[in-house]
Amino acid sequence: MTALSTPVRCGATRFPGTVEPVIEVTELTKLYGRGNARRTAVDRLTFTVRPGHVTGFLGPNGAGKSTTLRLVLGLNDPTTGTVTVDGHTFRGRPRGLRHVGALLDAGDVHGGRTGRAHLRALARSNAVPAARVEEVLAEVGLTEAAGRRIGGYSLGMKQRLGIAGALLGDPPVLLFDEPLNGLDPEGVLWVRGLFRRLAAEGRTVFVSSHMMAEMEHTADRLVVIGRGRLIADESLTEFAARAGRAAVTVRAAEPDRLAAVLAAAGATVRPGPDGALAVTGLDATRIGELALEQRLLLHALTDRGASLEEAFMELTADSVEYLAGEPR
Amino acid sequence: MTSTTANSTSTNSTATAHAMTARTEPRARFGDLLAAEWIKFWSLRSIPWVLGLSTLAVVAANLRSAQYTHDHSTPGDGDPVMMAQVALNAAFGLPSADILMLVGGTIGAIVIAGEYATGLIRTTLAAVPDRRAVLVAKACVLTAVMLGFGVLSVGVSFGATQAILSDVGIGQSLTDPAAFRYVAAAVLFGPVCALVGLGLGTLIRHSAGAVVGTVVVLFFVPSLVTERYRWTADLLHALPLPAWQRLARTTLAGQRPSEYPPTVAGSWITFAAWSLASVVIAAVVIRRRDH
Repeated sequence: MTALSTPVRCGATRFPGTVEPVIEVTELTKLYGRGNARRTAVDRLTFTVRPGHVTGFLGPNGAGKSTTLRLVLGLNDPTTGTVTVDGHTFRGRPRGLRHVGALLDAGDVHGGRTGRAHLRALARSNAVPAARVEEVLAEVGLTEAAGRRIGGYSLGMKQRLGIAGALLGDPPVLLFDEPLNGLDPEGVLWVRGLFRRLAAEGRTVFVSSHMMAEMEHTADRLVVIGRGRLIADESLTEFAARAGRAAVTVRAAEPDRLAAVLAAAGATVRPGPDGALAVTGLDATRIGELALEQRLLLHALTDRGASLEEAFMELTADSVEYLAGEPR
Repeated sequence: MTSTTANSTSTNSTATAHAMTARTEPRARFGDLLAAEWIKFWSLRSIPWVLGLSTLAVVAANLRSAQYTHDHSTPGDGDPVMMAQVALNAAFGLPSADILMLVGGTIGAIVIAGEYATGLIRTTLAAVPDRRAVLVAKACVLTAVMLGFGVLSVGVSFGATQAILSDVGIGQSLTDPAAFRYVAAAVLFGPVCALVGLGLGTLIRHSAGAVVGTVVVLFFVPSLVTERYRWTADLLHALPLPAWQRLARTTLAGQRPSEYPPTVAGSWITFAAWSLASVVIAAVVIRRRDH
C-alpha cells in the first residue's frame, strides 16, 4: 500500500548529505574559431539530466553532442552559459573519477600501454586502490586481455576498457559518448544491461548516440539536439507519442472505398505511388477489423510500427550537418 | 507482488546510494599524481630501452675517448690545469652531451605530445581536472628520471674514465671543485633539455613536430648564433647547450678569445631559467587551452 501511495522511482533516491547528482546545462553556448570561420557548436542549450535514468543524448553527426560532453567535463570552456555536476563546475574539482566517470572516445588511450597499466595509472591519480582495477577489468570482461598492449585491441575491446575507466571511481554520474560503436551484439546487450543497472543504483547515466535505434532499447529519457540547439527533452514515451502518426501500409482491391472508410473512422490516409495507402491514426488491427466489417478485400497490411527512428529523423531533418554521413 | 518488487528495488538502490556516499573521498594528494605519472612513464616499453641503450652509448663514447687520451699522453706532460680539462673532456665529451640532449629533449617532448597525439590527454584531464597539477607532476617525474639517468651515465663514465687516466697521472677526483662542477653540469643538462622538450611538446602537441622543434631549439639554434656582437653573444650564452659548454670549461686558457665571454653564474642561471620558463609556459598553455 505504501509503495502504491508513494510511487517508487529510483530517480527519487537522493544521495544523503549531497546535492542530487544531476547535470545542469544552462544557456550553454560554445563558439569555435575566429572571424569569418566562427562556428557555433553549441547554441544556448539548456537541459537537466537526472539520476535514476539512462538519458539518451541524440543528434545527427556534428550536432554538438561531443562538444557538450567536453564542456560538462571542463575539457572545453563555454563561450557563455554554465554547466554543473552536483552543483559544481567540474573543472573546480581537484580529482574527477569519484564524481564523474566518462568515456568520451575509446581511442583516447596510448596504444603502447597495456590495458592494466592504463587503468592503474588512472586509478592511482585519483587514489583509487589498485584492487579496484581488477574489479572493473572483470566487470567489463577484459581480465585476460589486460596484460596486452591496447594498440592490439579491437574497437569493442577499447570501448570496454573505456567503460572500465569510467567505472573506476564508482561515480554517481556517468557520461558515455557513442559507447556502442564497435561492440558486437553480445557487447551491446551487456552495455544496455550495465547502463540500466547503473541507473537503477541511483546514478545519473548520460549516453550519446547518433542512432535512434541504439537508444530505443537503452534510454528512458531523451535529450535531442541538432545544430547545437535543443530539439527535445522528454521521456522516451513522450517522444514515442510524437511518432504515433507512424503509418500502416495497406494494399486493397478497392483502395478508394477503403480510404473513405478509414477516413470516416478518423484516420489520415495518403495514397502511395504504387496504389498502396499510408494510413496514420489507426493501428493495423483496427484497419483489418474495419475492412472485414465492410467486406473489403485486403492484399497486404503492413504495420510499420511507431518508428522512433522516423520521429527522430523528422525532428532533426533541418539540422543534419553532413548529408553524406561523414564519419565521426 | 508489484509493490514488493518495487520496495526491494528501492531498498537496494538506497543501500547502494548510501554505500556510494558513505565512503568519503580521499584528499587530493600530489603524491598520487606523481605515482600515476611514474606508472605511465615506465609502462611505455620504448622508454626503458632508449634510456638503457643511451646509457651504454654515453659510457662507451667516453671510454673510447679516455682510452685515446690515455694512449696519447705521457705522464708529467703539460700544464696541470690544462691536463685536468683534458681528463674531464674524456669523462663526458660533446658527443655524450649531444646524446643526453637528444634523449632528454625527445623523451620530454614525447611524454606530453604523445598524450595529445593519442587523445589520452582528454582521459587524463577528465580524471584530474586540475591541469596544472598534472603538468607539474609530469615535470617532476621527468626531472627525477633524467637526473637518475644523468647520475648513472655520467657517474659511470666519470669513474671509469678517470680510473683509466690515473694510469697516466691525470685522473681527476670528484672532491676537486672544478671536477665536481663539470660532473654536476653534465648531470643537470639532461633534466634541463627534458623540461625544454616538455614545454615545446605542450605547445606543439604532435609527437614528430614536438621532437623536431626540440631538436631545432636545443641543437641547431646555437650553431646559428654568433658570439661577435654583444647582443648575439648574450643570446648565445642564454641557450642550454652553450651554457653547458661554458660550465664544462674549467679554464678559458686555450680557447678562442672572445670579447664577450660567457660566465659560470650566467650559465647556471640559463639552466634554471629554461627549466622554469618551460614548465611555467606549459602550465599556462594547458590551463587555457580547450582539449
